[in-house]
Amino acid sequence: MLEIRNLHVAIEEGTKKLLNGLNLTIRDGEVAAIMGPNGSGKSTLSYVIAGKEDYKVLDGEILLDGKNLLEMEPDERAAAGVFLAFQYPLEIPGVATMTFLKAALNAQRKGRGEDELTTPDFMRRVKAGAEKLGIPQDMLKRGLNVGFSGGEKKRTEILQMALLKPSIGILDETDSGLDIDALKIVSEGVNALRSAKRSFLVITHYQRLLNYIVPDTVHIMLKGKIVRTGGKELALELEANGYSDYVTNAAA
Amino acid sequence: MVAVKETVEQVKQLDVDQYRYGFTTDLEVDKAPKGLNEEIVRFISAKKSEPQWMLDWRLDAYRRWKTMDEPQWARVLYPKIDFNDSYYYAAPKKNAAPKTLDDVDPAILDTYKKLGIPLREQEILAGVQMSKVAVDAVFDSVSVVTTFKEELKKAGVIFCSISEAIKDHPDLVKKYLGSVVPVTDNYYATLNCAVFTDGSFVYIPEGVRCPMELSTYFRINEKNTGQFERTLILAEKGSYVSYLEGCTAPQRDENQLHAAVVELVALDDAEIKYSTVQNWYPGDAEGKGGIYNFVTKRGDCRGANSKISWTQVETGSAITWKYPSCILRGDNSRGEFYSIAVSNGYQQVDSGTKMIHLGKNTTSRIISKGISAGKSQNTYRGQVSAHRKATNARNFTNCDSLLIGETCGAHTVPYLESKNASAVFEHEATTSKISEDQLFYCRQRGLSAEEATALIVNGFVKDVLQQLPMEFAVEAQKLISISLEGSVG
Amino acid sequence: MSNITPLKTEAEQAMIAQGASIAADRKPAFARFADSGLPHRRIEAYHYTDLRALLKNAPPPAQAGGKVTIASPLADIDAYKITLVDGHYEASLSSTLPQGVKLQSVSTLADDGADEKGVLSPDPVIALNAAFSESALDIEIAAKTELTKPIVIRIVTTGAHASYPRVRVNVGDAAKAFIVETHEGGVSGSLIDSVFELRLGDHVEIDHLRLNLVDQSATVLTTFGGAMGRESVYRGHNFVMGGALSRHQIFFRFEGEQSKADISSASLLNRKQHADSTLVVDHAVPECQSREFFAHVLDDESTGVFQGKIIVRPGAQQTDGKMMSRAIVLEDGATMNNKPELEIFADDVACGHGATVGALDEDSLFYLRARGLPKTEAEALMLRAFVGEALEKFEHDGLRDTLESLAEAWLKARSA
Repeated sequence: MLEIRNLHVAIEEGTKKLLNGLNLTIRDGEVAAIMGPNGSGKSTLSYVIAGKEDYKVLDGEILLDGKNLLEMEPDERAAAGVFLAFQYPLEIPGVATMTFLKAALNAQRKGRGEDELTTPDFMRRVKAGAEKLGIPQDMLKRGLNVGFSGGEKKRTEILQMALLKPSIGILDETDSGLDIDALKIVSEGVNALRSAKRSFLVITHYQRLLNYIVPDTVHIMLKGKIVRTGGKELALELEANGYSDYVTNAAA
Repeated sequence: MVAVKETVEQVKQLDVDQYRYGFTTDLEVDKAPKGLNEEIVRFISAKKSEPQWMLDWRLDAYRRWKTMDEPQWARVLYPKIDFNDSYYYAAPKKNAAPKTLDDVDPAILDTYKKLGIPLREQEILAGVQMSKVAVDAVFDSVSVVTTFKEELKKAGVIFCSISEAIKDHPDLVKKYLGSVVPVTDNYYATLNCAVFTDGSFVYIPEGVRCPMELSTYFRINEKNTGQFERTLILAEKGSYVSYLEGCTAPQRDENQLHAAVVELVALDDAEIKYSTVQNWYPGDAEGKGGIYNFVTKRGDCRGANSKISWTQVETGSAITWKYPSCILRGDNSRGEFYSIAVSNGYQQVDSGTKMIHLGKNTTSRIISKGISAGKSQNTYRGQVSAHRKATNARNFTNCDSLLIGETCGAHTVPYLESKNASAVFEHEATTSKISEDQLFYCRQRGLSAEEATALIVNGFVKDVLQQLPMEFAVEAQKLISISLEGSVG
Repeated sequence: MSNITPLKTEAEQAMIAQGASIAADRKPAFARFADSGLPHRRIEAYHYTDLRALLKNAPPPAQAGGKVTIASPLADIDAYKITLVDGHYEASLSSTLPQGVKLQSVSTLADDGADEKGVLSPDPVIALNAAFSESALDIEIAAKTELTKPIVIRIVTTGAHASYPRVRVNVGDAAKAFIVETHEGGVSGSLIDSVFELRLGDHVEIDHLRLNLVDQSATVLTTFGGAMGRESVYRGHNFVMGGALSRHQIFFRFEGEQSKADISSASLLNRKQHADSTLVVDHAVPECQSREFFAHVLDDESTGVFQGKIIVRPGAQQTDGKMMSRAIVLEDGATMNNKPELEIFADDVACGHGATVGALDEDSLFYLRARGLPKTEAEALMLRAFVGEALEKFEHDGLRDTLESLAEAWLKARSA
């Protein structure tokens, strides 16, 4: 279970707050969607959960299964079960995707006190995962994300998530830059990972993605806080009316 | 990846400025008196029972050296060297002319074992993954043993110490010694001509592909002793050889001088691949001690279609002054230089290459990756020139520098000189730091800051690591990460 | 360590003899020059332009009162004009300056580069100018002045003598100006050693064109030193065609944050011309951006030299510096020496340089010839495009037309 309480965040003290008293709880197995206009703080939230150093947490707490994430390094958070699928996955030249996957998987297993995977076992898992996502083998030998198309990058993110088996998967605008076929493949990949223990936080602009990854709850975010919470029908309502109601309400 | 993991494991086991090879071996040694003069030159020559021509050559070099000035153009700073405050010859006493490995002082064998250098042929053969590597082990001023000599002899390959070659193959030595690096080439090379003590000699006959990797492992052990090695590799028409060189020294507070000369000659259609993993003692975390590494390495692509390729991984030495070069004399000849230079602590590196295009259709390629951390200064200096008759000469140069931390420096000084209208040179260079975003991405996936840095650095140097023979690539990768240890906060 | 050179060359001896009669306040600068003598190839900064070997003689310093017989190449441009004849200000050939611009010829001692606060760097050619320069022309552009017309400073040489022009321009905050420096005249035996200092305040926007059109038999050494405050823009344009032996030094330093400098240059050389462009861009403060683009076309037996260095000082984080040098060698025997350098002491930077040396692209030439263009025309077309890259950032139409026609004339002479 992920619990965020009264979270206040800025780039540094005294500057404009990007998150302003945000509260959010995601139960085990729940798929929560956050929607909101540009600049509402959605990506900031995902980075703060994952532990990016560019942000300063002024107040509040983030607990994952009762553990205080804010006291952990980014890699410790990852080992604790946080996975962030980046909106813009980074390119790392010279480091083969396969190499990276193995280094990450074993680092996390070690962080949790588990044994490393044997190479054949690892290979089997990667192959199976890659096949499901339509990732060709030769792509795994190329430098991580180097020269990958937008769709290939997003599929690789999902493959990483499948291998790392997080307790919460955060998808930051995973639908951006995807055509309809890629969107379907990525969504199927995510849906296959849904389980009673694993929760998801799906960040998106558009309702479209939520047709494929059907959420249990939908939260509307504005100016750094959740302004409304509802079921999946809330997304459809937004699609029809846009954010303008909320924007004017918030301004009032 | 296994290597990355092991690297990080090792990094964790070590203190900030720990150097793995810093132990000393206690031995009885035969030394020349301290200082440098004509008598010392005669002493060295006599110790080696050299013929008169060799002594004359040394004395001539010594006299010329006395009239020369130390070069000033490199970006390295060090106090003036007192050449009289050093020993120029030191040899383990018990090792006087060993015939077989069994005659070698067990203390020396033990040293190499600690360094991980296999000297017993059966040990090498017993290894499952290792391919065969013949080793010439140079300990201070002398070669203590050369392995696989007999097997190489069957293929017609000569692999021995330069001292033996002077005695056993005087015609070859006379013909080629000093033919690539002239006696008066530069201050340190001239000094080397006068006082060199040992090194390796390789001769590959026409049409022979050397049946195994050849290597020389240099170890400085004695205190206050300079090492002046001399290596000569001759590849006859249509032959091929891959040669590796490794170096280490004990941890000492004073600086020690290492001034080597390496000459390579490739005749028509011959190819020489020369790889170095340089790990001399770099000095401690405060910049005390360490080797001054002033080295002249040059290859002469004398024949048509010949090829010389230099690959270097430089992680050691307090000061590195080194420019492995290619003279592209033969038409269609090719020169390559692949380099990784890592500097940390107070290390100073000024290294690069020269590609001198003389023949027609000659090509060269330079890939240089510099990584600076700590308070180190790391300079790439490279010259590419096309002479008037070097029609269609081509060069491509890429040099990238990576900075880790704000107290180090990375510098790029290329010289491109063309006198030919059809020559085409392309040079590109970049300097940057490891991006915070890349680090965060890796850490989000569970890698620690150190692991993430090691991974990204390994990616940065991959193009060059690929040029090394397999076993050395793994070794080099570990070394790079160890060298950068303590550089990420 | 000083390199001991017991023997002075003929030119050095002549200079030392001339130095005996200079004013007392010039003596320290002269001593600094005399100490090193003419720089030679073992001095790294002069490796490719060995003045000790190349400078055969040292003509006597010029007297005031030389007669200008040549027309300005920029006569048609509507501009404020200032003329220096053999290094001396000539009021009769200068126009009235607009409000906000003041001019004064002073005989105070000129900076010889030894003062760290100055805009110049220690250099024997600058020390020589400081020793022999009798007067300096000070130009003051007041804060907030926005000039609508360029200021053209003509530096004319009238005979076989040595001249040491010195111009110092101070630009106040938030001023906008276009300054042109033309080097003209000269004969075989002329030696011109000119120094131009430009100090720019904050929030300024400056265009600066330097034109070397001296006679192809003269020797010309020019130095430009610039320093700029914060949030400013400097655009430097350099054009080299003249001189048997020439060297063009640029020392540019960022002293205020968030400023930008864009420096470009085109050199068109033929016969036995030797032209050296030496550039040092010094990022002494954070968050500045520099772009350098240098193009050389080398015909016959000419020699081109480009030495460019980007320095990023400790703490100058977020520096963005990119330097590019391109050279076309048209004939075997023509020489290009290229030395682009990076010297970086801060980690959070994005710096790079590129350099190419080569012939015109064979495939493109073939394509043009297959469309019916004769070889020289095809070459001229490609060279025009090549040089055009260095001129394209030029925003003054009249001046750009002039430069283009100068380049055109050079190309025509080549194919003739």
